[in-house]
Amino acid sequence: MIDQLSVFLENRPGRLAEMAQVLGDAGNNMRAFVVADTAEFGVARIIVDRPQAARGALQDAGFGVTVTQVIAVEVPDRPGGLAHVLDVLGRAGVNVEYAYCFVEPDSTVAVDIFRVEDPGTAVAALEAAGIGVVPAGDIYEMD
Amino acid sequence: MAFQPDLEMMPRERLEQLELERLRDTLGRVYANVPLYRAKFDEAGFDLASVTSLADLVRVPFTVKDDLRSAYPYGMFAVPLHEIVRVHSSSGTTGQITVVGYTRGDIDRWSDLMARTYAAAGATADDIVQVTYGYGLFTGGLGAHYGSERLGALTIPVSGGNTKRQVQILKDFGVTVLACTPSYAQLIGETAAEMGVDIRELPLRAGVFGAEPWSENMRRQIEDQLGIKAIDIYGLSEVIGPGVAAECTEQNGLHVNEDHFLIEIVDPDTLKPVPDGEVGEVVFTTLTKEGIPVIRYRTRDISRMVAGECDCGRTFRRMQRVFGRTDDMLIVRGVNVFPSQIEQVLMDIPGVAPHYQVILTREGALDNVEVHVEVTPDFAFDEIRALEALQRRLRAEIMSVLAVQVGVKLVEPKSIQRSEGKAKRVVDLRDVSKGGILR
Repeated sequence: MIDQLSVFLENRPGRLAEMAQVLGDAGNNMRAFVVADTAEFGVARIIVDRPQAARGALQDAGFGVTVTQVIAVEVPDRPGGLAHVLDVLGRAGVNVEYAYCFVEPDSTVAVDIFRVEDPGTAVAALEAAGIGVVPAGDIYEMD
Repeated sequence: MAFQPDLEMMPRERLEQLELERLRDTLGRVYANVPLYRAKFDEAGFDLASVTSLADLVRVPFTVKDDLRSAYPYGMFAVPLHEIVRVHSSSGTTGQITVVGYTRGDIDRWSDLMARTYAAAGATADDIVQVTYGYGLFTGGLGAHYGSERLGALTIPVSGGNTKRQVQILKDFGVTVLACTPSYAQLIGETAAEMGVDIRELPLRAGVFGAEPWSENMRRQIEDQLGIKAIDIYGLSEVIGPGVAAECTEQNGLHVNEDHFLIEIVDPDTLKPVPDGEVGEVVFTTLTKEGIPVIRYRTRDISRMVAGECDCGRTFRRMQRVFGRTDDMLIVRGVNVFPSQIEQVLMDIPGVAPHYQVILTREGALDNVEVHVEVTPDFAFDEIRALEALQRRLRAEIMSVLAVQVGVKLVEPKSIQRSEGKAKRVVDLRDVSKGGILR
């Protein structure tokens, strides 16, 4: 299971930049990053290399932060790769709330991040289907 | 149970006759003995003899806090100083303190009124009452003390402070009724828990809480935390102190002791009485006070009258729990808006801090209201649907208390500026030249 940071962002110019600055100043590197926005506010979802340190730095700087458990899955970087993963999850009755992806440099696989209702069932189904679930230690330092 | 059932449950017709007699008597006394009232009445061309019904009250000039301040210390007293046996004063947090004087008769009636308050909360002479309101110039401590003794209850005059000792006394003395501010009741509950004392297991069964605003949600928390019935009481030193109005065990509005105080709800802008049940400023006229009667005293508290008769049998009308101050009233699209009502809403909704800011702008000819509300730091921020639901709920509830269209913006934890004194709750960006109010 991967610790993802979910950061509440007021809808005002520069706030996202301030968040990135705080992470940078704390020496945290972002591995993946996506912003979900509504008309009124945004939520940044981030995978960083040291999640606990990053969370502390953001909270000290006044940000509202939640640590959310997500799963990371290796998806072959070719057509139909993602469809297969989703098919496995669907058959296992796992509902995906949201997903995003990043590609590691010098790699032939993409890493997809899934937020699901029942991560335990999801991981079991993926492993049974021979799909690689990426351990947290491969993505960031276990601080 | 009522302490004075023949008075508290008297037929309305008889009550109104009594009120009229007492009003005429009070007006005569202040005109004869208080230069400030005589000047006010004369200036307004108000003739005492013209008062023949309670409806004539609307022609009497108002009294405001500044009148009491300007008369500091004894200028508003309606009897010679040798007839005064005690003084109290307001806290003076917002300016010059005001002094109020009591004759022996005032103390006697005040004791009855506070005894009514305890009885309405279900207390009797068999109860053991712990008074933790501060004793001193503040009316809370001695008011609560004399009422408890008048009821015949065993009265413990602890006064405020030293919370661990409060818990010890509560436990060792077998206290059944607690008199304090609602926030102090919470602190006593928390301190007891830290000390390993389970208050719910103790004989304590009721609390009479007042002297600060609180919400229905806070009441439920206190009742659950302490295992008691929590009763809201209301009063202010300018009128008498605690004992002006109090809830009964029905907990649906505070019965005003109408045989001693006339209540009016007026529009703070036009000063005209509002239709029954509408929100406005609470105004009191004392009917039996001797030391310092007040005539149409504007309390700056915001409330409304509760409709209908109460199941408890008291005929005194009820005012709703005070939910705001006129000091922060705004006029938005011609409607009087009391931002302090927002705080009450926020206290009842989990996930938000009780801090807010109201931003007023003007788009064309229309006032625009945006309320900024802080999300608590422990909110599950990943749940966008939960954030959106929170925002919708806030908007609906704030609109229902303010009665104007508003937008709600969720802002980050601790992002609204805190202030040592009066928090800056309103930012008015409307153009002053077009009728906006600069605050």
